[in-house]
Amino acid sequence: MNPLRALFDKLEKPFHKGAPLEKYYPLFEAMESFLFSTRLVTKSKVHVRDNLGTKRFMSMVLFALTPCALFGIYNTGYQSHLASGLSLDLVSVVLTGAQIVLPIVIVSYAVGLFWEFLFCVIRGHEVNEGFLVTGLLYPLILPPTIPLWQVAVGITFGVIVGKEVFGGTGRNFLNPALTARAFLFFTYPASISGEVWTAIITSKDKIVDGFSGATALAIAAATEAPNNAQLAMESAGYNLNDLFIGFVPGSIGETSAALAIVGGLFLIITGVGSWRTMLGGFLGAVSMSLLFNYFATSSTLPFFQLDLLWQLSMGGFAFGIVFMATDPVSSPALESSRFIYGFLIGMLGMIIRVINPAYPEGWMLAILLMNVFAPLIDYVVLQKRKKKRIRNVI
Amino acid sequence: MKLTKTKAYKTFMAPIKDANPISVAVLGICSALAVTTQVMPAIVMVLAMTFVLTFSNVSISLLRKIIPKNIRIIVELVVIASLVILADQFLKAFLFDVSKQLSVFVGLIITNCIIMGRAEAFALANGPWLSMWDGIGNGLGYGYILIVVAIFREFLGAGSLLGFKLIPQSFYDMGYQDMGIMLLAPGVFIVIGLLVWLENILKSKKA
Repeated sequence: MNPLRALFDKLEKPFHKGAPLEKYYPLFEAMESFLFSTRLVTKSKVHVRDNLGTKRFMSMVLFALTPCALFGIYNTGYQSHLASGLSLDLVSVVLTGAQIVLPIVIVSYAVGLFWEFLFCVIRGHEVNEGFLVTGLLYPLILPPTIPLWQVAVGITFGVIVGKEVFGGTGRNFLNPALTARAFLFFTYPASISGEVWTAIITSKDKIVDGFSGATALAIAAATEAPNNAQLAMESAGYNLNDLFIGFVPGSIGETSAALAIVGGLFLIITGVGSWRTMLGGFLGAVSMSLLFNYFATSSTLPFFQLDLLWQLSMGGFAFGIVFMATDPVSSPALESSRFIYGFLIGMLGMIIRVINPAYPEGWMLAILLMNVFAPLIDYVVLQKRKKKRIRNVI
Repeated sequence: MKLTKTKAYKTFMAPIKDANPISVAVLGICSALAVTTQVMPAIVMVLAMTFVLTFSNVSISLLRKIIPKNIRIIVELVVIASLVILADQFLKAFLFDVSKQLSVFVGLIITNCIIMGRAEAFALANGPWLSMWDGIGNGLGYGYILIVVAIFREFLGAGSLLGFKLIPQSFYDMGYQDMGIMLLAPGVFIVIGLLVWLENILKSKKA
């Protein structure tokens, strides 16, 4: 027999009903089903034999996130070395990146899992692994300079108010990772907006000349009327290639549109992420961007004229649509309404990004807003379907 | 008769314990949003509110047999509006600074759903003695939630209580920041929501 299995069988006893550690059974169950498979067996027909439980399902998302996370570590170190004028060789860059990113990830998981386990033990239900994804998504959408205690406050809010209040994974109507970030965004605006996107590791006076700390989005949003947003970004050192691949300052894991697309393809092929949401989001953003181009005149914001490819490669669009909008719990349940939902996210996010100068990036708010509307979209689509039925056929 | 067995006591305690106007009936949220960024205005608001509520309840209860059914809302409004003007003028005369902070919200007590609600639901059907206790009870039930919310908001949002700085400068130097959201309207919804949650847990434990 597998030695790990034997170990778990040996450890199991004190967690049984009536045994001293009964209260902590959820903890044991979580570890066990994470390593093996669920103990839940259907009691009557139909018996489905499949190992794809919520845990496996969520692990798939983790796999899809890995490239973004690894690149996030590299890019955080890279941007930091670039701005501080240090050497750019791979090893030292990755080391710096890991030093900045890993503590944030560890705090996010430790604090989040603490609350998750606490609620499970008090409520006596089994630990649900939605948090595995939330715990990694959340650090990836934070700026690298965020203080660790704020990471802890944010994830506490995200897990408790975003999820546990409503009954845990599967009942949350908001995406917990985005709830946590939105809370930080409004609570500690100084640490999550402005020039926080590059972690400077040397003393301030050693910063290389020409480093401004402003992201491409901030530059585009701040461009004044007669100037051209694209030229402004190019003169600040941004180009389409870097924006697409992700060698730009930004939240830790969302800078790379390319790797988000890779993750998205993986999610679509495995059937874990909804391709309808992604396609809808893509089309929504494209159509809104083209609409802005169409209405752009010399008197509108210069952001209106920005080329479609730039719009799609910049900021957190790809990451948000692929990993945030497709959250199976907070998006609508019906397949066809997912398309509408995605489309509206795409349009709304683009509107917030381009028109509202107070929020340099719109996807967080757009996705949260559409999360709230998801049940309504479901309802409308369902009513429409019902109307198609033939009434009272005898 | 024991005090806790009297009808007046029960009428007084009901809105504080089981039928709280804010955390159970979710009335009067608008003023709770507006005046709770600091504790001081919240306390003054609670006093003004309790005053208006008590006297409007008593007067309407006294008038309940003469008020024609068709125009009762107008009569109630006249009574409430006169009392609100009284409270507003009093604050302007003696507590001008707080009155400026509260601005329109004293005047808006007229539209506070709790007052109309109590007048309609209680004062029109009960005598002045009980109505008075109902008014005081509702005022205090509204009040304690308001003050708890204000304590949370002022402490987390500005690091102070009643204007005194409680969080020392050394904390800020180490990197502590005030929670900006607590000074915005969403902060109230979060705090009130958490209070309702807590209250429901305590109630379900007792039951």
